Amino acid sequence: MPFIPHTEQEIDEMLEAIGIKHTDELFEEIPSHLKVSGLDGIPPGMTEMEISRLMQKRAAQNREAVCFIGAGAYEHHIPAAVWQLTTRGEYYTAYTPYQAEASQGTLQLTYEYQSMITALTDMDVSNASLYDGASALAEAVLMAVRGNRKSKSRRILLPRTVHPAYRKTADTIVSGQNIELVEVDYDRASGTLQLDALKQAAGDDITAVVIQQPSFFGTLEDVDAITDWAHENNALVISITNPLSIAVLKPPGQWGGKGADIACGDGQPLGAPLSCGGPYYGFLCCSQALVRQMPGRIVGRTTDVDGKEGFVLTLQAREQHIRRSRATSNICTNQGLVVTASTIHMAILGPRGLENTAAACHANTRELVAQLSAIDGVRPAFSSPVFHESALLLDKPVNEVLQALAEQNILGGYDLSSDYPELGNAMLVCATELRTEEEIMAYRTALQAVLAVETRHKEIA
Amino acid sequence: MLIHEHSRPGRKGAPQAPTSKADLSDIPQNLLRKDSAALPEVSELQAVRHYTRLSKKNFSIDTHFYPLGSCTMKYNPRACNSLAMLPGFLSLHPLTPDQHSQGFLACMHELQAMLCEAMGMAAFSLAPMAGAQGEFAGIKMISAYHQANNDDDRREILVPDAAHGTNPATATMCGYSVREIPTLENGDVDFEALQQAVGPHTAGLMLTNPSTLGVFERQIEKIAAIVHDAGGLLYYDGANLNAILGKIRPGDMGFDVIHTNLHKTFSTPHGGGGPGSGAVGVAERLKPFLPLPIVAEGNGSYRCLSEQDAPQSIGRLSAFLGNAGVLLRAYIYMRLLGKSGMERVAEFATLNANYMMAEAKRRGFQLAIPDRRASHEFIITMKREASELHVTAMDFAKRLLDLGYHAPTTYFPLLVPECLLIEPTESEAKEALDGFMDALEQIREEAKTSPELVTTAPHTLPVKRLDEVSAARNLDLRWKAEATA
Repeated sequence: MPFIPHTEQEIDEMLEAIGIKHTDELFEEIPSHLKVSGLDGIPPGMTEMEISRLMQKRAAQNREAVCFIGAGAYEHHIPAAVWQLTTRGEYYTAYTPYQAEASQGTLQLTYEYQSMITALTDMDVSNASLYDGASALAEAVLMAVRGNRKSKSRRILLPRTVHPAYRKTADTIVSGQNIELVEVDYDRASGTLQLDALKQAAGDDITAVVIQQPSFFGTLEDVDAITDWAHENNALVISITNPLSIAVLKPPGQWGGKGADIACGDGQPLGAPLSCGGPYYGFLCCSQALVRQMPGRIVGRTTDVDGKEGFVLTLQAREQHIRRSRATSNICTNQGLVVTASTIHMAILGPRGLENTAAACHANTRELVAQLSAIDGVRPAFSSPVFHESALLLDKPVNEVLQALAEQNILGGYDLSSDYPELGNAMLVCATELRTEEEIMAYRTALQAVLAVETRHKEIA
Repeated sequence: MLIHEHSRPGRKGAPQAPTSKADLSDIPQNLLRKDSAALPEVSELQAVRHYTRLSKKNFSIDTHFYPLGSCTMKYNPRACNSLAMLPGFLSLHPLTPDQHSQGFLACMHELQAMLCEAMGMAAFSLAPMAGAQGEFAGIKMISAYHQANNDDDRREILVPDAAHGTNPATATMCGYSVREIPTLENGDVDFEALQQAVGPHTAGLMLTNPSTLGVFERQIEKIAAIVHDAGGLLYYDGANLNAILGKIRPGDMGFDVIHTNLHKTFSTPHGGGGPGSGAVGVAERLKPFLPLPIVAEGNGSYRCLSEQDAPQSIGRLSAFLGNAGVLLRAYIYMRLLGKSGMERVAEFATLNANYMMAEAKRRGFQLAIPDRRASHEFIITMKREASELHVTAMDFAKRLLDLGYHAPTTYFPLLVPECLLIEPTESEAKEALDGFMDALEQIREEAKTSPELVTTAPHTLPVKRLDEVSAARNLDLRWKAEATA
């Protein structure tokens, strides 16, 4: 029996100790007509050899391709040490550190994580993680509603330059709580949010303004001006940032005169592989003033009875297991293991490693945009500077172009047309530090060919 | 020592990143960072040694018996990890066109189907990223269902007082008010109180069965009937699913919606606090409301359903497909177990718990619910030891750490004073169970002869008891350069 160690003799001894003849008697309190006779739809068990063969086959069906897609998940180099350490059983198979004395490894590491992510964002405090960037935005919105005592409206300005899936997720999660998410349009020429649009959408009272930097389009928002405007209007500022980008871009804690109040985002670019979409983790930082509105676990440094340094879960009175229906959130399990990887990743890369990686992503994307824009029928959608993603306009339907590229094992980008139909044939491209000059040139050649072929089809038709 | 304290200005990691910094001059100055982030500057060796040493300060399933009640700390097979980390899965971008990710999607589709079969539900969504998010999705679907029926007066969710804190917290997040239902001495829900509480304002009842008291709710059919008759729906909290896997299915008990903790029952790692997965299953009538994405099959190929396919869906819970890597691990575990393996999970989890309970009784410990069968877990109360020997359940827990056992869950459920909630899981051998019971007995002896040894435990771990009050009062939540300079 897989993963059940009992011998026949032990089973007999245990049944005797309990005072029963058969394990069926253990379930005698369950009404017998409700019991299931067998799980007939479950296939027979496999040996490790057999499942290895199956999974290798399945993995191979995911065709290998050169990836120019970003849109919220980015392919980066992860030092070999990161996941070798992370999958040590002591990290991998530990539970939430409720018994602090037996969990100092996880607790200290989480404290180090909180130290690193607050250093990157330049914020006062961080929690131990949330599920992902999208759900972190939802928690940030809920936190702003609790934290902004000057505002009564529960209105949040949510620009369309924020990741569409993040907006949908926030809507799912906060919609039951009488909170209004107000969409704010972007400027078609620059691909950024304009103060005028914010002012128009604002009304009398706004609770918070969300700013994504770099925006979903990769463009750079005027974060100082928007932050100051929000604060002048008694609104809190929620930032969504790519944590790698702020190794070189101005961190949310320094936006405008006072800095963002709540900083969230997805930690994936810092040590989590793409892995079909997860597990990643959501980071959530805030100003000291908001710390008691924070959802999720927080680790604090303290001392033991001998005065020796140690780490514990703290401020637990905010959480569901104490406060139940009045908790700041229902979150319990977070993304601890991915945070473990991310902490080790940041430690190994260090400030210089992260800066160089971020700058290399920027340089590669500029090169990619230059090469692709040189093709007839391809041009940048927006005029603003970008970090490591850019929207391009094609003179052909994007889905057809992407499909043709995919047949040559190039994942050419993300089709913007369903979320932003007003842009026409627009796609979002990204080149991280991993993309080589050869790959970029191969993409150019392939795209040129795809666009030319399609033109010829049209001419014939 | 913190990693930051190994740091020296100018020390560089390794060839892990581009060695020079590319040009950023096209970005306006006011959008650039002026100072470097205060991150540690250490060598790769220093980092590896630091985090290897830190890991040794953890108890884990791989190193210790970890009978944490309600957490199902069973063995996490290594094959599940190594196969989920094959390059073909790790390098797959979540927005890859479906035709390029058929291998992954096939696994997800089969996982949905196996969960339906094992739980007796009509359909599953793998989107929720943890139990609490699964609960959220479930209650949100109940809300969407009533809304679709224009049944707008149902503003209340019923929750037994023995429930996990996530239940009432979830109901609040979904905009409901919470009404607690008391529990009887014997562990069953107080049916009369439930009868009085159920009515036209009832949106649903959240129930964990077996309950957190470690017993099966015997009146489940009556409970289902009374909630359904009043027009409410029944939510199954899958926290204790390991107690019934292969014996009875939530769908057959009358539940309309359930969440499963794949990180408990289906053996994906707890990772020091996550990631988990809270896949949700529904009966036919809630199918249209399932969260997205859902993997569908047609003409021999797989694709993710979107908002266009499922207009009544409660929507998305994450940017992509939940905790995909966790889902892969659960899939591999289920295929390893197969039909016969899965049918035996509850049998042996329950055998282990009942054996430990019998042993506890024989050794003179007081059981919270002595006259009933344990589920996959049971409760010892140290009420007597606390009053007679002045040694609390927490003292027992801390001393157990010294003796090489992770403590059971302490002081939960809140209904039982001085309690230890003990869950051995099916993957532990008899000698581990015996060793744990010997340790409990030894501690009780120590409590009589040298109580201080117990009340000041632990003595052998990296730190002794920590000052939590001062931690909350004088918040120190991150390292600061100036503090050590």
